[in-house]
Amino acid sequence: MTILLSLQGVSKRFGGLQALSDVTFDLPQGQILGLIGPNGAGKTTLFNAINGVYPPEKGRIVFHGKDVTRFKPYQLARMGMARTHQIVRPLNELSVRENVMVGACFGHESQNLGNAAKIADEVLEFVGLTSRADQLASSLNVAQKKRLEMARALAARPYLLLLDEVLAGLNHSEIDNMIQTVLKIREQGITIIMIEHVMKAVMNVSDRIIVLDYGIQIAEGNPENITNDPKVIEAYLGDPRLAEQLLEED
Amino acid sequence: MNIWHRYRGLILPILVVAALAIWPTITGRAANRESAFTILKAVALASSLNILLGYTGYVSFGHIVFYGFGGYVGLYLLTEQEWSLWNAILAGGLASGILAFLLGTAILRLRGAYFALATIGINEAMKAFVNNFDLFGGPTGITLNFSVYKAYGGAAQALQTAFYIGASLALLAVLLSHMVRTSRFGLGLLAIRENEDAAEVMGVFAPNAKTWAYVLSAIIPGMIGVLFFFKNGNVEPHDAFPLHSSIELLVMVMLGGQGTVLGPILGAFAYQGMRGYLVTSDFFKDIQLSVSGALLLMIVLFIPAGAIGWLRQRIPTLRRVLA
Repeated sequence: MTILLSLQGVSKRFGGLQALSDVTFDLPQGQILGLIGPNGAGKTTLFNAINGVYPPEKGRIVFHGKDVTRFKPYQLARMGMARTHQIVRPLNELSVRENVMVGACFGHESQNLGNAAKIADEVLEFVGLTSRADQLASSLNVAQKKRLEMARALAARPYLLLLDEVLAGLNHSEIDNMIQTVLKIREQGITIIMIEHVMKAVMNVSDRIIVLDYGIQIAEGNPENITNDPKVIEAYLGDPRLAEQLLEED
Repeated sequence: MNIWHRYRGLILPILVVAALAIWPTITGRAANRESAFTILKAVALASSLNILLGYTGYVSFGHIVFYGFGGYVGLYLLTEQEWSLWNAILAGGLASGILAFLLGTAILRLRGAYFALATIGINEAMKAFVNNFDLFGGPTGITLNFSVYKAYGGAAQALQTAFYIGASLALLAVLLSHMVRTSRFGLGLLAIRENEDAAEVMGVFAPNAKTWAYVLSAIIPGMIGVLFFFKNGNVEPHDAFPLHSSIELLVMVMLGGQGTVLGPILGAFAYQGMRGYLVTSDFFKDIQLSVSGALLLMIVLFIPAGAIGWLRQRIPTLRRVLA
C-alpha cells in the first residue's frame, strides 16, 4: 500500500491557543479517513494546515512523497489535492457550470476550457446538479451548494479529497444521498479525509477514524474500536452513559 | 457553431466601435472627428480598466497613471530621441505594462479598500515624481516641436492619422477585453473576483493572475496616452495624472456594467455624451463632476451590475449576445 499523505508532528498555534499539537498519521491511498472530535477540536484547522491555508509551525506534511509543509493552497491544488469548505464558498455571480469548470481548469490536470466544460457536465451529473448547470451559483439552496463544493473539488480529478462536514445541515434523505456519493467517489480510487459530526455516517463510511480533542490526537483506529474507546466517549460527550444512549438513538 | 458561440458576444462591441470610427469620415467634419476620438479614447480606457475592475474585482482609483506615464514616455521619445509615432506608441504601452508589473507585484497583495487606497497614493506619487523629474521637464512638462507633425503630412493630416490609430486602439482594447473574458485565464480572474480564497484552494495562482490582469489593463492606456499627448502637442503633470479622470473611468465601467465586454463601451459612450452636454450647458458646466459623483452613487445604490448587467439579469435570453 502506498502512503499518499503523511503528517509528522504537525503543530499549529493561534496566539495563546494550541490548535494542533503533534498530529501524526499516515494515510494509504484509496482509504477513507474519518476525522471526528467535539467542536473546536481543531479539525478544520488540520484541513487548513494540510492544504496550505495556515501552514503549521512545527512538523512535516508529505504528499505524494514530497514535503509540502510550506506549500500554498494553489500549489497543492495543482498537485492533486482538493477540498470542500464547511461554510460553503460558491462563486456567486458565476454559473454552476463555470464554478465547476474553475476546479477542472486549475486543478492538477489543468484542463482547457473545452475539456473543462465536458468534465463539469459529467461531474454535475454525478452529484445531481445537471438541471442547475446554467443558473447562477447564488440561486442554489444549502444542500445544493454543498453538492457544488463537492463537484468543484471532484472536477479537479484529485488524488486526495478533503471533505469538511458535507453532511451538516442536510436532511435524512439528503444525507443518504451524499453518503452514496462519497462511496462512489472512493470507488473511483480517490483517497478521502472527511470531517463529520453525523456519527452513523462517518462510522459506516470510514476505513479508519482519528479523534481530535483540543488539537490532540486522542484516539485512532477502526470504527468499532473508536466507538468503544472510553477516552473518546469521555472527550466527546463527557458522560459515557449519555454517549451509549445517543449512539443507540442514532 | 462553436465559433459563433464563442464570438457572438463581440458583434455588438465591434459594431459600436466601427460606427464611431466611420461616422466622422462620412460626415467629414473635424468637430465630429474630435468628439468621436474622445469617445473612442474613453472606450479604450474603460475597457482596459474593466479587466482589473470588472473581471478581477479590484477597484483602482489610479488607472489614469498608466495613461499619463505612457504619454510622458512617448513624448520624451518623440522629442528627445526622435522616435517615430508608431514606435513611441509601442514603447508607451510597454512602459506602462512594466510599471503595472512592478506596482502589481508590490500592491496587489492588498485587498479591497486597502488596494483602492494604495492606487490613489500611486496617482499622487506619480504626479509628484514627474513634477520633479528633469528628464520629463519637471512642472512644465514636455512640448512637442511643431515640425514633428511634418513627418505625418502636416498637422491636419496628423490629426486624421491619430484618429485612425485611436480607433484601432479602441478596437484592440475591446478585442483584448473579449479575449480575456472568454479565456481560461479570464475564468481564473472571475473566480478571484468572486472569492479569492476559494479560487486559490481550487488552484488559481492568484498573485500571478492578478499581476497579469493589471499589466494587461495598463498597456492600452499607455498607448492611448502617447497618442493623445502627441495630438495635444504637450504634456504636463496635472494633465497626465488627473485623479478625477480615474474616477470618471470608474463611473463609465460601473454605468455600462462591470465584468461585461459591452458594458464599458456603452458606459464610455453614455458618459462622454452626458459630459459633452454638461460642460457646454450654462447651469452644469461648473458642477459637472458633482453630477458624475451623484451618478456613481445612484448606480451603486440601484443598479450595481450596470446597464448591461441589469439587462442580463432581467432578460436571460439576452445573455447570449450581451457578453
